[in-house]
Amino acid sequence: MTRATNEMPDTGLLSKIEAAFPGKIVESSSHYGYDVVVLKRDDAFAIFATLRYHQEFAFNLLSDLSATDFLGQEPRFELVYQLYSIPLNHRLQVKIRVPEDDTWAASVSSLWKSGNWLEREVWDMFGIKFTDHPDLRRILMYEEFKGYPLRKDYPVNKRQPLVEERDPITNPWPKR
Amino acid sequence: MAEAAQDLLEMELDPTSEIMSLQMGPSHPATHGTIKFWLKLDGEKILNCDVEIGYLHRGFEKMCEQRTWNHVVPYTDRLNYISPLINNVGFALAAEKLLGLRVPDRCQYIRMIMSEISRMTDHFTCLGMAAAEAGALSVAFYALEARETLFDIVTEVTGARLTVSYTRVGGVTQDLPEGFADRVRGAFVDIRQVMSDCDKLLSKNRIFIERMSGVGAIPVDDVVSYGVTGPLLRACGVAYDVRKAEPYLFYDRLEFTVPTGTQGDNYDRFSVRFEEIRQSMRMIEQALEQIPPGPVRVDDPRVTLPPKKDVYGNIQGLMNHFKLVIEGVRIPKGDIYQAVEGANGELGLYLVSDGSGRPYRVRVRPPCFFGMAALGQMLKGCLISDIITTFGMINMIGGECDR
Repeated sequence: MTRATNEMPDTGLLSKIEAAFPGKIVESSSHYGYDVVVLKRDDAFAIFATLRYHQEFAFNLLSDLSATDFLGQEPRFELVYQLYSIPLNHRLQVKIRVPEDDTWAASVSSLWKSGNWLEREVWDMFGIKFTDHPDLRRILMYEEFKGYPLRKDYPVNKRQPLVEERDPITNPWPKR
Repeated sequence: MAEAAQDLLEMELDPTSEIMSLQMGPSHPATHGTIKFWLKLDGEKILNCDVEIGYLHRGFEKMCEQRTWNHVVPYTDRLNYISPLINNVGFALAAEKLLGLRVPDRCQYIRMIMSEISRMTDHFTCLGMAAAEAGALSVAFYALEARETLFDIVTEVTGARLTVSYTRVGGVTQDLPEGFADRVRGAFVDIRQVMSDCDKLLSKNRIFIERMSGVGAIPVDDVVSYGVTGPLLRACGVAYDVRKAEPYLFYDRLEFTVPTGTQGDNYDRFSVRFEEIRQSMRMIEQALEQIPPGPVRVDDPRVTLPPKKDVYGNIQGLMNHFKLVIEGVRIPKGDIYQAVEGANGELGLYLVSDGSGRPYRVRVRPPCFFGMAALGQMLKGCLISDIITTFGMINMIGGECDR
């Protein structure tokens, strides 16, 4: 099998991050051409704010936020943030581990506006709450949906109860 | 309290009061896609717009977890179904990177050519429909004619117009047909003519310019903050293109420019897409010059199905075929984020493998999801008719946005 080279020239990003936040980086690695850091949930927001606004990092694009459910492992959930800096052209993957009995993380929607909908989707699909989120509603599913479909213990063929017809006058839609 | 809420609701429902609430969609003839706008209107003016998506949610990510890696490819066709080849290529690239696999050069060129053809079909659909909604119906027919020429080529290569399923982990399903390069060059002559016709019809057309110019623009910092990429970001003057920033395949061997706008309004978004079609043609022509002969799949029994002669002729071939079909390609444990430049922006695939033949998690970053998130702000202060052009320029594809 022809092996592709996954090694990338060291951009020095990881060492800069480790120097900027001593003792706060749980794990760090570098593969497939980008750097990965794992943060503690309590420190994450402050570090995100620095990564966003400090000119050495300038991660102005929150490309993606999603989660993975490692059912049976502790901590169970892992949030994955894909950060990208358009001016400096570097990419960083940030992971935060979230335990099953206490599913929350700090919202980054005040730093990146894309955080708003992305966090709504993670809430919708995994049931992870985001503290200080301005508008944490379901986004792809409907309000009456029971459960969190992308959790591994949600059966793929599960049926949902029928939703009763809504009379918008006696039972108005929530304010928007 | 409840009475007060109801009074307010009735006031909003009353067309003679100052502020009117209006639900536009989810099935509105002018919005191609199931989407709902919760509008607060002062006359024709939009005070607030809350966008509701999710009407086309099919559980793509959940379904992918139930299937082998190669079974995911047909599902990716149904994400952005106007440019399915880019989704196919993005998925295959991510899976191969996780596998540490380098596919043959010819295969990479084929993927690049097909991606660019897909980008052209996507842009033609978007531009044609946007022009039709602004009243220029003939442009739509010209654009769709050009698109069909390209779909004919896609059909010849893959066997289908939209549901192409062309890539596999480790290659593509089949080589390009005989005479492909000449057909493409011939088609481009027609397409250049169509583009020049569309250009004449629109570029100096006062109605069109007044509908598009200055509409839907928001500050560039907000555009970036919303995570909007692709033509919408480039229209603001930010030349971010994944093909240039982090070249994948052989994009670094091709010469092309990244068109940008200045105002970030709908007219710039339209012009950027228009120019991108020209750049795609330029890229395809260069790639057709450079493409080497050779295999289109890796020669590795762990990834590629054996030839039919071996499947029916000897036990190793039969076992190999059986294992690959039933258990799937085994991809080592790990996770990866791979970004490719989709027609509407950065298409990201985040894959997690647990070492078995099935993906543990497949996450797609749909580019138009972010455009839809920004739409509420783009429309504030605009008129109802501006929803149509702005929504058209975001080019929301339900299959991709809602997955």
